[in-house]
Amino acid sequence: MDLIRPGTRFDFIGKKKITVWISGIAILISLGSIFLHNGLRYGVDFAGGILLQIRFAQNVDISEVRNAMEAIGSKDAMVQKFGGENEFLIRIEKGGDDLEKISKEIQANLQQRFQGKNLEIRRVEVVGPKVGKDLKTKALWAVSLSFIAILIYVAWRFKQISFGLGGIAALVHDIIIAYGAISLLDLEYSLPLMAVILTIIGFSINDTIVIFDRVREDVKKYRKENLETIFNTAINETLGRTILTSGTVMMVVLILFFFGGPVIHDFALTLIVGLIAGTYSTIYVASPVVLLWNKHFTQKKKR
Amino acid sequence: MLRNLKWRLIVYGAVTVFAILLFLPTLTPELPAWFYKIIPTEKVHLGLDLQGGMHLILEVEAEKAIESYVERVKNNLRDDMRDKGIPVGKLEREKSNQIVLEVSGDKDKWEKILSQRYAVMQELSTTALDKGIWKVVLVLDSRQAEQVRKGAIDQALETIRNRIDQFGVAEPEITLQGTDRILIQLPGIKDPQRAIDLIGRTALLEFKLVDEEGNLDEALKGSAPEGSILLYQRQVDPKTGGVKKIPFLLKEKTLMTGEVLKDARVTLDTQFNEPYVALEFDDIGAKLFEQITGANVKRRLAIILDDNVYSAPVIQERIAGGRAQITGRFDMKEAGDLAIVLRAGALPAPVNILEQRSVGPSLGQDSIRKGIIATLVSAALVALFMIFYYRVSGVIADVALILNIILVMGALAIFRATLTLPGIAGLVLSIGMAVDANVLIHERIKEELRWGKTIRAAIDEGYRRAFVTILDSNVTTLIAALFLYQFGTGPVRGFAVTLCIGLLANIFTAVYITRWVFDFLTLKMNVKKLSI
Repeated sequence: MDLIRPGTRFDFIGKKKITVWISGIAILISLGSIFLHNGLRYGVDFAGGILLQIRFAQNVDISEVRNAMEAIGSKDAMVQKFGGENEFLIRIEKGGDDLEKISKEIQANLQQRFQGKNLEIRRVEVVGPKVGKDLKTKALWAVSLSFIAILIYVAWRFKQISFGLGGIAALVHDIIIAYGAISLLDLEYSLPLMAVILTIIGFSINDTIVIFDRVREDVKKYRKENLETIFNTAINETLGRTILTSGTVMMVVLILFFFGGPVIHDFALTLIVGLIAGTYSTIYVASPVVLLWNKHFTQKKKR
Repeated sequence: MLRNLKWRLIVYGAVTVFAILLFLPTLTPELPAWFYKIIPTEKVHLGLDLQGGMHLILEVEAEKAIESYVERVKNNLRDDMRDKGIPVGKLEREKSNQIVLEVSGDKDKWEKILSQRYAVMQELSTTALDKGIWKVVLVLDSRQAEQVRKGAIDQALETIRNRIDQFGVAEPEITLQGTDRILIQLPGIKDPQRAIDLIGRTALLEFKLVDEEGNLDEALKGSAPEGSILLYQRQVDPKTGGVKKIPFLLKEKTLMTGEVLKDARVTLDTQFNEPYVALEFDDIGAKLFEQITGANVKRRLAIILDDNVYSAPVIQERIAGGRAQITGRFDMKEAGDLAIVLRAGALPAPVNILEQRSVGPSLGQDSIRKGIIATLVSAALVALFMIFYYRVSGVIADVALILNIILVMGALAIFRATLTLPGIAGLVLSIGMAVDANVLIHERIKEELRWGKTIRAAIDEGYRRAFVTILDSNVTTLIAALFLYQFGTGPVRGFAVTLCIGLLANIFTAVYITRWVFDFLTLKMNVKKLSI
């Protein structure tokens, strides 16, 4: 069975004048949204604070929980429904050293107030501001260093710095768009979402390498053609694979999105955006960057 | 080539069987004891986010240990100078690691004491104030300070380990993170708050004399006499819950600490039916206690825990035998926890809780169940799709995918790695790349067939070409994952570990195992037409 008829020749690269605009606008919207929202909405993992997940066996309205929190004296607490019936998330974003004490008092108070409603405290997270900051800086360092490593490895394997730069440009593009989606959809940036960003990085670089690899092969095969035509050929030759792989992964993520439960919901949503960006960026970010770089900076040996 | 096929089967088969054996304990708990003697494995550990339990990160305030070390040196210095008849005026600790003293008298004599007996303190400056009075600033030697700091952290780790052991938690994990942080994981714990109280308490037990001469009212206004301090006894009214604070003026000098404790047990007072904690000192402690009580009959001796006065009974007579007790309106649980912390010993410095996460067991189960269902459904769909699209070759790819998961699980078991939610994300990515690898190979073989090659040539060429692609994409991702592992923390590492293992397994299953099956079919079974 063939998904794409052999010999198919879409002019992918020829559309780059349009797609530059698409990418540019997407990036602008992403950065603009992050900027207008004053950065991402960090969860307790990164911002520090207290998070409680509670569930009642009896019917309890959200306003009752809100009132209780106010009566306890935590006016800055955010209460929201979570998952199933009578289950709530309480969030208090706050720095300081006495978080542990505050969390203890709140728990004791809630237990007392909702006696007879069978309150179950399902999850408690108390994160000091130091830990969140640490996590942020360390993760940023780790990702930056891994990008440099990718740049060096790809440049070495493909014998041209432009391929390394193209790969990294696509990665940066995808990360910005994924963060833009997080910001636009007003998702809370927490640990699972950080894992998604890492997954997007892995997927995007994998996709890029597959096409670069085909370009490397075709450069030897069609010596007379110019690089732009070769990129087009390579993308067309691997089109079946791109659709199959991205399609299967997308299918999995869609299942996670619909059936994975509330914890996985945001996770899957971000991943969907990242997957689309990752597949698109291979063709319309990584490839044009290589072409542009070679046009302007590499001496033409032939012709 | 056929011989080659046989050997490859043996090697691949052995690896597969070994991985299954490693993974077996995770599937069933009922394995005979001899199994574990042969196969060095355990079941795959689930992270607390999946299993439920508590995760704590503590920071040891090592600076405080240095402070109290310098404080002790200061007290010794005062006694020493007094014994040698050297007049000392002001004597104070400054910052955490300095002592400032004003000393007069024979300069050679006190300089000799300082240099010989207090070599851990270096003289920072010596200035003449009035005639014959010198102001000396001493600073703790930096190497000694480092040793105190390290000692404090090691001891804190040991003490916490002791406390948790006595508290009784299955499979606790207590490790040092960085230089001064302690990571504690307590799976399946039911009462996290109680555990925090138990772990985080300094539990410094001290015995000090009550200052009977000093003026308590003056001290309350803020001017405690030199060498005395103000501490409080907290009394909680069990009926109203109100807290009463009773002030005590105490001699600053600590006569004895909990270090000499041999045992602490909860005992029930038969008269009032109230539990108290009975202390038993070791030989040194017993002698010391006898000396102290003998020398201070009719005075009051305060028993202090973490700067809270518990009681201050009048010493009626010299007490031999090395026994004492702490009373103070406990309930059974409180008294029990107090006995645990006293037995396990005091923390050398206070600890701060930087991070606490506890997940109730029901929530952990929920997220596992939902995750497993979603994973199974999507895995089944992917597998069906592969068969639908690639027919027999799709079946081969599916076998490789299943093998991939078994290998990863086996590796997680033998490396004793913990599977967390971010770890599952890494696993999903590696499986996605495994699907990609199979797709790459199959598409390439199809392409070669289209060029008119024979089946054998198409398989050889398809694998040869696809291998380069798979290697480059997997190695690039692997390098990135290694960097994430090396420079990332907790969750980032969890992601990187499963991703690394998954990628290695991927190259093995997608390239080598499936290749063997194709070779077997075409060479041995003489299949003439590929179902791909």
